[in-house]
Amino acid sequence: MTHVEIPVRVARIEMVADRIKSVRLMRTDGLPLPAFSAGSHVLVHLRAGSRTIKNPYSLAGPLHDTSWYEIAVLKAENSRGGSRFVHEQLHEGAQITISPPVSLFSLDLRARKHLLIAGGIGITPIMSMAAQLSELGAPFELHYCTRTHASGAYLDALKEAYGSRLHHYESARARRIDIERLLPQQPLGTHLYICGPQAMIEDVMRQARDAGWPTQHLHAEHFAAPSGGHPFDVKLLKSGRTIHVKEDESILQSLEDAGLTPPYLCRGGACGQCETSVASCDGSILHFDHYLSDEEKQAGNKIMICVSRLKGSRITLDL
Amino acid sequence: MNREFKKETFRDDYTFFNSPHSIRRFPFPFWEDKYMYSVNIEPHTKGPAGSVYEFPIDINEHYVAEMEDRAIVLKEDPLRCQALPHMMLAQWDFLELLMTSMARDYPQWFSLTAEGSRWHWINRPLGIDQKFTFGDVGTLPCEPMEFIGRQCQGDFSLQDQRDGQLWMDAGIVTTQADWSLDFDVGMNFMEWHGPVPLAHDMRVFDRALKFLLNLQIGQPARRLNWTMTVNPRLDTSPENYTKWGADRATVTPENVGDKVHLRVELQALWRLPRSNAVLFSIRGYLIKMSELVTVPKWGRRMHRVLKSLPQELVDYKGITRYRDTTIEWLSKYDDGLPTSPGGAPD
Repeated sequence: MTHVEIPVRVARIEMVADRIKSVRLMRTDGLPLPAFSAGSHVLVHLRAGSRTIKNPYSLAGPLHDTSWYEIAVLKAENSRGGSRFVHEQLHEGAQITISPPVSLFSLDLRARKHLLIAGGIGITPIMSMAAQLSELGAPFELHYCTRTHASGAYLDALKEAYGSRLHHYESARARRIDIERLLPQQPLGTHLYICGPQAMIEDVMRQARDAGWPTQHLHAEHFAAPSGGHPFDVKLLKSGRTIHVKEDESILQSLEDAGLTPPYLCRGGACGQCETSVASCDGSILHFDHYLSDEEKQAGNKIMICVSRLKGSRITLDL
Repeated sequence: MNREFKKETFRDDYTFFNSPHSIRRFPFPFWEDKYMYSVNIEPHTKGPAGSVYEFPIDINEHYVAEMEDRAIVLKEDPLRCQALPHMMLAQWDFLELLMTSMARDYPQWFSLTAEGSRWHWINRPLGIDQKFTFGDVGTLPCEPMEFIGRQCQGDFSLQDQRDGQLWMDAGIVTTQADWSLDFDVGMNFMEWHGPVPLAHDMRVFDRALKFLLNLQIGQPARRLNWTMTVNPRLDTSPENYTKWGADRATVTPENVGDKVHLRVELQALWRLPRSNAVLFSIRGYLIKMSELVTVPKWGRRMHRVLKSLPQELVDYKGITRYRDTTIEWLSKYDDGLPTSPGGAPD
């Protein structure tokens, strides 16, 4: 697969909430940016020192103006580099590249009603979904959970746009979303979409399944941030090379740093493009992706190299 | 590019034929002297000037006549154009792709000006001048897929992507090789490919689906498919089988050259950006056996491909009744010399 890189300039950086910066990107070659579907993300390529970090960020908007994109980035405590780089080094005027938009979190437009749930920075893909539904005149509710008022990005704009369709919850004021009460109020044919912290996603999905919702009606944005871990070595079957994976780098990143070009798309363990066969390993694979089935993970002969790691010292891949 | 559009028919008196220019650019699908399925997908990128790959949407000398034939089919059978209600966003994506491509690549025939959502489309060969608001169905004379689908060669189906599958939830299909949109609409990729022999065991569809689910915006792909048709009939649909099925029994050694046609489909696959749907454009090209053998390499190879074609494919493609007669006729054009690799003329 060829990876198209779109050259963009950082047109504006704004603090939109505590620890959240919005970044507005405009194309430098004068062409329009591709239109995108609600819930899409782009990979943002950031040159930090000698490394190029490619992180997925959801597009917050706008849906129709193809002259700019907006992403929002939370300053993460244990950032591998992307989030910290955006908050500490990226400046207005900087020239970077991005991938074309990719959708792994889509609206099902057959739904009779759409129940949108966002936790914290998870609001970004949900924002474009609300905008799309509003434009189509489709019934929806937007439930937005933040710690405080000040930590809720885009809160005022959302209130202005959606009025009583927006429900905001501040955990610091002991206001929490009551999923148990919310789910039974929905008409048959409602689809639920959630993006937020992993624990929140799992909790809501579990409650919805327990309440008898069909799994095809439940949609979650599953981005596994490639978490760090112990370092290990990757041996490549075809070339015989051995490449070291540092504690704060993914296998994919390490292979790229070594000049290899394995296939990838989302870099978040969701799309399946970087699925790689494992010839052998001397430990256990830590599967962090949402692509392989439980059986496949158990079998241990496949790994998604963008997010998953090894608990051990050496893994041999069919590359 | 300043050639005329031909006045011709694809039914009744069948006056269709290809000009020498049109023969030379025919997308001959056989890259070796035999044929078997493969996941023969390649990027749909710009090809040589004058070829069918020069532009993403190919408009040729048969344009006006093909659009007239489409109008006849749609008038007789409106179900050849169907869209489920959730596909409206994909319909606008489709209209945008076709209008921008056609206006950019054939400015002598089509023009598009857009000020925000206020669009102005002009189609000179068909005499259409339409102002409308992008996204507002009420400003067009019909739904967007039908509006632009009546103005572009090729059949089109729009697939919704959900639950790890592609669902054929809309399309405009009037020139098909014996498949039915009305039958397939609402089916998923595996379901509508159910009748294809051999390929399932080869896991062709598993691999193709995986590829399509990850198709990227701005990176369309293409493949060629083929069958054979008696008489240059575009509408070889199951709905009208009674009108053309019996033609297969009319092939004689004397009329093979004029009656038997190779029918090639240039199938392009596109990710539609606003809806995340996948568009299949199925652009058909017909060539008479008498036209095909004017390229010596093609005459030789066509003969060899037909001779070695597995029986399951002969039956599936519906050429059982006239295959032997056609092979016999083609044998005059096969002197046994080796052919060069690839499909292009020598």
